[in-house]
Amino acid sequence: MNRIIVGRLSVNVSGLRVLQRSFCSSVAEKESEVKQSFTNNDDQYDVAVVGGGMVGMALACSLASMPLTKHLSVAIIDSNPALGKSNFIKKEDPPDPRVSTVTPATISFFKEIGAWQYVQQHRHAYFDKMQVWDYTGLGYTTYNARDVNKEILGCVVENKVLHSSLLSCMQNTEFQKTIYPSRLTSMALLPSSSSISVDSTPSATTLFTKGHLAKLDLSDGTSLYAKLVVGADGGKSRVRELAGFKTTGWSYSQNAIICTVEHNKENYCAWQRFLTTGPIALLPIGDNFSNIVWTMNPKDASDCKSMNEDDFVKILNHALDYGYGPHPKSISSGSVDMFSWFRGDATLSAKECFEVPPRVVKLASERMVFPLSLKHANNYVSKRVVLIGDAAHTVHPLAGQGVNLGFGDASTLSRIIAEGIAVGADIGEVSLLKKYEAERKPANIVMMAVLDGFQKAYSVDFGPLNILRAAAFHGAQYISPLKRNIISYASGEQRLPLPLPLFT
Amino acid sequence: MAARHLRILSGCNGALLSVRFFSDSTLAQEPIASTAIDSASVSPSINTAENHSQLNNNKKHSAPSSLKHAELAKFSAIADTWWDAEGPYKPLHALNPTRLAFIRSTLCRHFRKDPYSARPFEGLNIVDVGCGGGILSEPLARMGATVTGIDAVEKNIKIARLHADLDPETSTIEYCCTTAEKLVEEQRKFDAVIASEVIEHVADPAEFCKSLSALTVSEGATVISTINRSVRAYATAIIAAEHILHWLPKGTHQWSSFLTPEELVLILQRASIDVKEMAGFVYNPLTGRWSLSDDISVNFIAFGTKNS
Repeated sequence: MNRIIVGRLSVNVSGLRVLQRSFCSSVAEKESEVKQSFTNNDDQYDVAVVGGGMVGMALACSLASMPLTKHLSVAIIDSNPALGKSNFIKKEDPPDPRVSTVTPATISFFKEIGAWQYVQQHRHAYFDKMQVWDYTGLGYTTYNARDVNKEILGCVVENKVLHSSLLSCMQNTEFQKTIYPSRLTSMALLPSSSSISVDSTPSATTLFTKGHLAKLDLSDGTSLYAKLVVGADGGKSRVRELAGFKTTGWSYSQNAIICTVEHNKENYCAWQRFLTTGPIALLPIGDNFSNIVWTMNPKDASDCKSMNEDDFVKILNHALDYGYGPHPKSISSGSVDMFSWFRGDATLSAKECFEVPPRVVKLASERMVFPLSLKHANNYVSKRVVLIGDAAHTVHPLAGQGVNLGFGDASTLSRIIAEGIAVGADIGEVSLLKKYEAERKPANIVMMAVLDGFQKAYSVDFGPLNILRAAAFHGAQYISPLKRNIISYASGEQRLPLPLPLFT
Repeated sequence: MAARHLRILSGCNGALLSVRFFSDSTLAQEPIASTAIDSASVSPSINTAENHSQLNNNKKHSAPSSLKHAELAKFSAIADTWWDAEGPYKPLHALNPTRLAFIRSTLCRHFRKDPYSARPFEGLNIVDVGCGGGILSEPLARMGATVTGIDAVEKNIKIARLHADLDPETSTIEYCCTTAEKLVEEQRKFDAVIASEVIEHVADPAEFCKSLSALTVSEGATVISTINRSVRAYATAIIAAEHILHWLPKGTHQWSSFLTPEELVLILQRASIDVKEMAGFVYNPLTGRWSLSDDISVNFIAFGTKNS
């Protein structure tokens, strides 16, 4: 680079005294000093991801996969020892009860960042059919991927498989990442102040005091600095707490009991039955195994957890089959009813009869119980801090959407960061981060409202409401545009449930 | 220059604003993404002779620089608020990513740089004329350029210097309190000269453009952004922005100082700069964001190259 030496001049321009400083030599020195101080500062990063779970790692992978962001230095703070080593999941391992249903939108995201190939090497189960009904026996809905001309409705994958796939994906890149196996204890951000004197050799500490960096203190005593802190540390997010984000939410006074079960035959359909106490879901995970997510009140949940295995299997089958109420009647395609005039453009699944889910033969894992609640951070961003995943929003598991919202956050945030870098922005600036919030917050809130609505609608056993719900089932089953809309929304292809022209 | 095709807006009533790009067929061009399309607007009738006489009247014979002193005082008064993204400079902060997108696109194409690189301007010397607090200079430095920012208001330079020192990537920016004419006298040359939202505050746009051209190396780039002197611009940039919405302090802009795209192209042509591309900035009140568009009726930006 050519630098022209500028001499010292004193110029009088129409009464204004202007002094031109000699910049050349001092700037050149400063530049080399700055460069040097940077190579010595090992604890300074562009992005610090607090929480190395599925969503945090998905963000890191996404940044690693894009040309505009792959040069960023990322610190991942998580005390989980599994992060440091390469994980080998043996094929013979029984399925872990913690699974997630990933939507087609999430599968596309994983393919984009290059992580899906690793998921495919382990147990995973695509499903193309879904049946939803309730205990009243008044109605049912079957969804089929062919209704929207797709092959699959989603894929059920164990969380440990998703996590290790993301880790493998990251390890195979030249991405500069450092894992800090510790917990975040405190975080400090200072607003930038213009009264601080210019330091010729800015160290991380000076930059921090100037508000250019955030400082993170960890439980093992180390400290690090970052331009942007990403809170991906789950529902009880420490980052959210330290940054002072307020939350709205309530507990559902329900617990979910999860376990893995085995059948005698393969299962390619997702089943969900709404009972008086809460929904029970049976999701295929491959190799004749399925995952059970059963929501009920806390007392029943602890009873279920403690009872012996055979009794538990009995009540499971009871709940999926004839328990609590009759089977809904299938409406054969020949009969005439009030929906027959909708059926001109009928979906494939409208003709399908009600089926009973496959019998559970035995329990294949321990039973785990989790409390359910809804929580939403009122803001996702502030200067140098952004929340993604469960740290920003926690939802009811009834539609398997939770982690998909988190992956959506990770995908959007990494894209926004790339757009910021393309125009030379400071990635911790609020104006840039607000773009992420503007995109994700409405979508997340709508999804939460929909799920919350379902949860409330199905928790009341009241005659007229039961009939309304039955009508809703029938409507979803036979009104094809409505069903297609529901499938698109749940698959992540559509951001909002209704085709609203705003917020595009 | 003879091969260039210049299409001038026809001055008719209620006509749709015709979309045009100034393009050199020898360079590979991609259309600039336009997200907003203006459906109906009134284009003012253009009387080039009248405009030329106005330009001549604005020429100050005594002052060597093209600055207007009342303008300087105006900016000096609010200098502390440059980096307050919610303050009087909020519209400029909001506009910044959009104008940077145009600059990045045109400069990467012109200098054959990798558009997917995080620092595409590595190795380029860029001068930001009328840099103010450095809102444009800092992102350019982050994109790898060697940036010199100049402004005639000393307070602005002080603020710019302090803010740039907060980030190691921007602390290499050279800020000088000077004018384009002074830099020309020092015989400085730059690969790209950018004067964004400046020319409407300058007393003699033609002389200013000559200075900008003198600062540009041969085959270098010159980028100028400003506001069109159209009825629509009066309604939006002056009435709406200054008087109704209070985005800008009253008196920030004088409609008579605005230049139409044709005038800008002509005065740049006389300064040996060929305008190759032009785009408009459009504001969407629902999303609160600016985007690049073909609509140059209010805000527009022009990219030109210096003839050798």
